[in-house]
Amino acid sequence: MIAEIGQLALILALCLAVVQASSLLIGAWRLDAALMSMGRTAAVLQAVFIAIALAGLGTAYVAGDFSIALVAEHSNSAQPLLYRIGATWGSHEGSMILWVFILAVYGAAIALAGGTLRESLKARVLAVQGAVGAAFLGFLLLTSNPFQRLVPAPFDGAELNPVLQDPGLVFHPPVLYLGYVGLSIAFSFGVAALIEGRVDANWARWVRPWVLAAWIFLTIGITMGSVWSYYTLGWGGWWFWDPVENASLMPWLLATALLHSCLVLEKRGALISWTILLSILAFSMSMVGTFLVRSGVLTSVHAFAVDPKRGVYILGMIAVMTGLALGLFAWRAPKFRTGALFTAVSKEYAITVNNLFLAAATATVFLGTFYPVFVDALHGDKISVGPPYFNATFAPIFMLLFVLVSFGPLLNWKRDAVGPMLARLKWPALAAVLAVVGAMLIFGVGHVMAALGFALGAWLIAGSGVVLARRWRPADREGFWGRVRATPLAIFGLALAHAGLGVTTVGITAMAGWQSNAVIAMTPGQSLTLAGKSVTLTGLRAIAGPNYEAAQARFAINTLAGPRVLISERRFYPDSQTTTTEAGINVGLLGNVYISIGDRAANGGLVVRLWNHPLVNFIWGGAFMMAFGGMVSLADRRLRVAVVSRSRAPAPVPAKPLEPATA
Amino acid sequence: MRRLIYLAPLVFLVVVVAGFAMGLRRDPSLLPSTLIGKPLPSFSLPPVDPQAPGLTSADMTGGGPRLLNVFGSWCVSCRYEHPVLMALKSQGVAIEGVDWKDTRADATRFLAAEGNPYDRIGDDEAGHTVIDLGVAAAPETFVVDRHGRVRYKQVGPITPEVWTATIAPLMARLKSE
Repeated sequence: MIAEIGQLALILALCLAVVQASSLLIGAWRLDAALMSMGRTAAVLQAVFIAIALAGLGTAYVAGDFSIALVAEHSNSAQPLLYRIGATWGSHEGSMILWVFILAVYGAAIALAGGTLRESLKARVLAVQGAVGAAFLGFLLLTSNPFQRLVPAPFDGAELNPVLQDPGLVFHPPVLYLGYVGLSIAFSFGVAALIEGRVDANWARWVRPWVLAAWIFLTIGITMGSVWSYYTLGWGGWWFWDPVENASLMPWLLATALLHSCLVLEKRGALISWTILLSILAFSMSMVGTFLVRSGVLTSVHAFAVDPKRGVYILGMIAVMTGLALGLFAWRAPKFRTGALFTAVSKEYAITVNNLFLAAATATVFLGTFYPVFVDALHGDKISVGPPYFNATFAPIFMLLFVLVSFGPLLNWKRDAVGPMLARLKWPALAAVLAVVGAMLIFGVGHVMAALGFALGAWLIAGSGVVLARRWRPADREGFWGRVRATPLAIFGLALAHAGLGVTTVGITAMAGWQSNAVIAMTPGQSLTLAGKSVTLTGLRAIAGPNYEAAQARFAINTLAGPRVLISERRFYPDSQTTTTEAGINVGLLGNVYISIGDRAANGGLVVRLWNHPLVNFIWGGAFMMAFGGMVSLADRRLRVAVVSRSRAPAPVPAKPLEPATA
Repeated sequence: MRRLIYLAPLVFLVVVVAGFAMGLRRDPSLLPSTLIGKPLPSFSLPPVDPQAPGLTSADMTGGGPRLLNVFGSWCVSCRYEHPVLMALKSQGVAIEGVDWKDTRADATRFLAAEGNPYDRIGDDEAGHTVIDLGVAAAPETFVVDRHGRVRYKQVGPITPEVWTATIAPLMARLKSE
């Protein structure tokens, strides 16, 4: 029954999405309140019906209903409950339900919460959102039916890919999808603005919280993925330039650019066409990522089982949706008024340059990721593009970008002067110089790149500090704490995010310069010293998990905080004949010791890979700081939106007074 | 001129979608052999059956074009492929075999039960020659011309369709070269 209810719910959701798109488009055109109201209801109901389908599939997984092919393929009765729940989105079909569910929830949120949004704009945004939803629901129903029955039903199911049997599966995909799909709101806003033919500061004010929310989720999702791959794949790396990692990085880069250009549009009414273009491209990159993972056009650790029909459908979807959006852009955008003018020394200018760098970085990643596809298509040559390419292209662009990051927040809108700007930057510059000198004194003059990396980190962190310090300097009667209290949350958010970038930079630099590893065959009792840390293999035994057998090795290690025991396992899942590695990691502020065990060596010893990862946690810590900064900023923003909604005042195009050095 | 700039993203999209569409028709997991057009790496393998000759790279030159098939009695796809090889032998196609990561007893039993399509078999229990050949998984089959040069590599079993569509025409062309 569950399967049939779920199937029916998806079909109804598709019908509702079509109703939503058409009634709102026509309603907005004719200014027909009844039609628009119907469309909004359809948006909410669509989310409800997809929730029913998703819950149905989840129930089938938990109950172990192996008469549903998808459940039989990705779970069995021995699989722990957590991973049976996680398996709901551990397959292509299940993850697409999650995708359309999140898409519909965002749509319903706009329908229910978009209080102060202009009626016709809201209707058009929801219409586009409905059309996107219909396209994805069609994809789900036509090429990837999750509720396909299996006759006769097997007694027990196969197994979820053991690599995915990890708590990471429960959180990483939903959070990442909240980010990917959240960008659909920006897309819908962009296309709606093009249909209306007008963009104003209110547009930016409305779209920015959504972009920010999507950006926060995307940041957390990517970071969680990086942590997960670090501890589960047993290679001890944090980023591999895998095509699918790149596919998540590209929307993130464009969302970051969009976040900043929206700010310029909101405060200064400039960068109109560029912002609209970014809002279209950011979500298009999400779709390109979907295409990449689900079409089989590239091989990757993330790729789902492949059916060429799916690739054709998604490609068609990209062609039609992005094509229509960019067609509208080519038609309507030239008619937008050009934005307010600004000089070369201004916050607007700094953000524009930042956007260009982010766009260039995105283009670099895009080229590196898809070059193999294009070369194969044109010449039939198989090539692969790896880290050397990205280190040579992406890294310099990003280093220059990082230099620029500290300029923007310290510049005034519209017009500023070079002298005062440089004066404001003297402390970050000093911090950077000290970092270079310090690094060279400690590590030697040879490490030029590492010194530069640390300098950038110091520059970013100190730059954020100056943003706050400039506001807090007790120059009047309010005093220091009064000023701290008066600082808008958005400023704290900005400082946190930019400082987080600096923290991540420090971690990346340390990892690039000083990680070390050793591989030896160890017998129990044997010790190995790496980077001053001594590790002893103390025990080796066979254990049995719920659905796997494992060789478990215990290691003793002496850390600053006292002796610790590290456990690394090599698990064998008999149902799927797959072996996975569980790394043993000693997590420390200054770095991790990372152990993963391999097979038995010829001499009877155990192959042990030992890594020293200096400051590696800074990479993720900084990324989470960025996301947290986004949340702090979002909290502020919500407050302001609420104020607008109480007064019901249509906020005028900003003619805000110049604020000294604000976000 | 200004309008053209606004058209650029759409043009870019068209190019990208066209590239993806072409890319979709290709399977990225199929890797062509780097040996194509080059002579086989030199090897000298002992026989599986002590009475029979072994297999060396020198055996692969002269005569006509021939197949070099990497197999193992443990390999399921090889068993699937086996009847096709037997049929080819009966048509007079010359096939040499490399028995990979196998014990002589297992291989002998396998060939006794299923028939032996090979003119000569080299025993590569350690798998060193197979590494030189760049074989990832059995079965893989090389089409070798009379000068001992690799002209084609089939990854996975030779099915009747693969034989008629790809390998047979190539063999015919190589005969007339």
